[in-house]
Parts: sequence; structure tokens; C-alpha cells
Amino acid sequence: MISACKLAVVALVVTAGLAGCGEKEQVIVYQQGKYQGKPDTRPWENEPGASLYTTSKWTKGDKSSWEAVLKSRNQNQNEYTRAE
Amino acid sequence: MARMKFLCDAERCIECNGCVTACKQENEVPWGVNRRRVVTLNDGVPGEKSISVACMHCSDAPCMAVCPVDCFYKTEEGVVLHDKDMCIGCGYCLYACPFGAPQFPQAGAFGMRGKMDKCTFCAGGPEKDNSKEEFAKYGSNRLAQGKLPACAEMCATKALIAGDGDVVADIFRTRATKRGKGAEVWGWGTAYGKPDNPQQQAPKGAKS
Repeated sequence: MISACKLAVVALVVTAGLAGCGEKEQVIVYQQGKYQGKPDTRPWENEPGASLYTTSKWTKGDKSSWEAVLKSRNQNQNEYTRAE
Repeated sequence: MARMKFLCDAERCIECNGCVTACKQENEVPWGVNRRRVVTLNDGVPGEKSISVACMHCSDAPCMAVCPVDCFYKTEEGVVLHDKDMCIGCGYCLYACPFGAPQFPQAGAFGMRGKMDKCTFCAGGPEKDNSKEEFAKYGSNRLAQGKLPACAEMCATKALIAGDGDVVADIFRTRATKRGKGAEVWGWGTAYGKPDNPQQQAPKGAKS
């Protein structure tokens, strides 16, 4: 009976003692090849007039209208069409 | 929309460094960091050529491939951006980049390397668009304002063109066709051959 008690106490001490040896992962687990940072918003999801000095107009959330704005702005770099 | 790209026309670049200045001013880039710079080949020799270089926003970006903490991402418009909150400033991306685009500001008194900084195509980063936080970390977000990168829009000779790759290629094609030279720089068939005539040849006698 005593030896059983001793055995139980030893088992408890060993278990408690070894519990401190456990090591949890303390850093982020990186997944290879996948972006791990914060999500970003898309440019066309903004209100066109939300920032200063914006003259471009597009419909909020409409990608194609934003693309049309950029395409027309792109043509400012083409003096062959600007001059004609 | 295809992919956002830069294209520098070496026939037009006059090495004025206006693009470098525009980038510095627009993004309030710290001292010692140059997101864009002008490289001159055969400097001082007649016929020297200059080209403005920054992040090329590669379709298969090596910086993204080697980043140990995967802090890079590519937007739907093909712009390569990164999260500075995750960047550990290891510098692997600088070794991987063929253009030397990643820059590292000095952080701290002993020349410690700070978090990587690079051209964002004026598209900010993973913070609320046009917020103070975004500006402080990544600079201006002109794409979210319906504008193109400041360097290209400020270019006096329009040597540097930025925007949707297809549109940029079209502008350059028109230019090269009308002036009749400079084609061999990129390869006529690749750069100027319209899809309806891919075998189009450069004009005879054209010389760069």
C-alpha cells in the first residue's frame, strides 16, 4: 500500500517536473509561399473624392470605371495623341 | 487590366533625375534610400544612354520567392508590395533582385539595417488607403486616387512611362514606329509587332 502511494507521489512529481520541459511554438508558423501579412484594400474600393487633390472620377467599388480613369490618364503620356 | 509596368525609353531619357526627385518628394523617402535612380551607360562617351530604374514589379518576383517571412504580396493590378510590419530586414530580397530595388534605411545609432523599403508603384501598402499610417510606412497611394506613379507623370520628356502594360506598350509602339528608330533596343517583333502582324519588320535604314 505504501509502495503504491510512493509510486503515485513519484509519478506526480515526475509529471509535474517534466511539464516544465514542454515547449510551445513561440513564433509565427510561416507557410511557405503564402503571404503572411495584413490584407490590403483595392484602389477602386475608395471614394474618389476621399483624398486631397484628386480630380479623377470613378464609381466606388467598380473596377472597370477605375481602370478607365487610369487608361485615360495613361494617354497623357502619349504626346502623339495629345498633340493631334 | 493586365499588369502595371514601367518602361523607360533610353532614346528620350536625358538623365535629369526628375523622376528620382519626384519619387523622393511624393513619398517623403528617408535619407539614404533611393526607390528610383537613373543609371547611365557609357557615361561621358558620345552616344551615352540613360535609363531610370526602380522596382520592375516582376510578374514572377524573385524577392517574393526568397523572402523568409513571406511579407510580399502582389495586388490584382500586378504591383509587388510588402508588409513592413512583418519584414525582418534580412536583406535576402536585395540579393535576389536583379535591379537592386530593395533599399534599407539606417535604423539606430550603429548602422543597423532597417526594414526594407522599395518602389510601391505609388500604390501604398497594407494599411488603410491614403491614411497617415500608410503614408508613413509606404508613401503616397496615388493609384487609390486614380493617378499614376509620380515619377512617370513628372517625367519631362516622357521617357518613363507607367501604367497598364498593354497601354504602355501601345504608346511605345506608336512612338518607335513614328520616329523609326530605337526598335532594336527591345526587339521589333516582340515590342512593336501588332498581334495582327507579328512578323512585322523594322523600317529599312533606321538607325539608333
